[in-house]
Amino acid sequence: MSDNLLRVQPIRNGTVIDHIKPGCGRKVLDILNLSGSDTTISLLINVQSKHQKRKDIIKVEDRELNEIEIEKLALLSPNAIVNIIRNYAVAGKKTIEIPPFISEIVQCPNENCICNNERGVSTNFKLLSKENLQIKCTYCGRKMEEDSINFI
Amino acid sequence: MKHVVSIEDLDNKRIMGLLKRASELLPIAKGEKKSDILKGKILSTCFFEASTRTRLSFESAMQRLGGSCIGFADPSATSHLKGETLSDAIRMVAGYSDAVVLRHPREGAAKLASEVSEVPIINGGDGAGQHPTQTLLDLFTIKEEIGKLENLKVGMLGDLRYGRTVHSLSQALDRFNTKLYFISPESLAMPEYVTDELTGEWSTHQNLENILSELDVLYVTRIQKERFPDVEDYKRVAGAYRINSELLNNAKPKMRILHPLPRVDEISTDIDNTKHAAYFRQAFNGVPVRMALLEQLIRGKK
Repeated sequence: MSDNLLRVQPIRNGTVIDHIKPGCGRKVLDILNLSGSDTTISLLINVQSKHQKRKDIIKVEDRELNEIEIEKLALLSPNAIVNIIRNYAVAGKKTIEIPPFISEIVQCPNENCICNNERGVSTNFKLLSKENLQIKCTYCGRKMEEDSINFI
Repeated sequence: MKHVVSIEDLDNKRIMGLLKRASELLPIAKGEKKSDILKGKILSTCFFEASTRTRLSFESAMQRLGGSCIGFADPSATSHLKGETLSDAIRMVAGYSDAVVLRHPREGAAKLASEVSEVPIINGGDGAGQHPTQTLLDLFTIKEEIGKLENLKVGMLGDLRYGRTVHSLSQALDRFNTKLYFISPESLAMPEYVTDELTGEWSTHQNLENILSELDVLYVTRIQKERFPDVEDYKRVAGAYRINSELLNNAKPKMRILHPLPRVDEISTDIDNTKHAAYFRQAFNGVPVRMALLEQLIRGKK
């Protein structure tokens, strides 16, 4: 573990997203649009971990994640852990969870769904299965698996 | 308040209750007895897409129960085209009536309506999605014709891929321990997302002859020309799935043929006068079933 810590310097303030599913780190960066924010970001890929064989880690300086970002992260990598860092110390640890209903962050793939065709309607999905991630549009009933999810 | 958006909103007990009540209401549906069960109540029929059968049977059902109807039969005359959202239209219509029947070209429209409406929403068909009252009247017809719903052998023939009536019906029948036989050309087979949900026995077949003698019910759907890029393909397939009286020699005497109508020529007219033909009674059954549902939703009667 100490090796890992040396590879990338500890951050003073910000967020460390730990235990990201290996290979998913880049996707998390893209979808949360972290690189678009005006801060230093470190991405570690395939780090040796005690719990999993490998994991990805993202360190974001001077920025904490909001609820929507955490929900997206949960869909991308359900076992990730969000550490809030203040003054080099872990000030808070959040285990993330996919909520029973996922609102506004996922696009319905059905072009004829009412949620894609009416002003002012947010998308809404019901979580069917966490293990093999599956969600279902509460309007048209279209089901989606992990790899077919498109974020808004 | 209960909306009826999908057949999944109704458990078996509620379905059986509705079918029983529909049976009791038959004399009123036929006009043999008068009723004022829903006197003074108003039903809105909002059809953003034309559907003569569904709309007229709802209006007949409401009026047979002493209620009245307002609404529109197609959206061209409404503010829909002026850019009003469905949610706004539903809020307005809900204020004018005691229940709303909605037919809409987009999937999920009835669900959205149910989220904003102060009165019960009945889904009268949403795009390629749900049409629960069709499923109810199909179940009612099977029960009336055969005498029961449990442990039947039901064949579904024709366009099983795009036909939403057979999707909902197979899921509903599955709850009554039905053995399902899906008979279609490969290109129009029952989609996996439907068969994945089935818990009971089902099988697929390319032709009807071999299994016809086993069936209690044969549910026929129209094969639509527009599903085939090549007219010759269409003619060949449609011809292979046509039913005539000769074919029915092997059928059980009590076997019944259902069809959601309109039919083109998938059922030959020489069957119309045989005991097997149940499709015209099925069309009529839309009235008592919708009466039972309207009574339950508007009066809150169990």
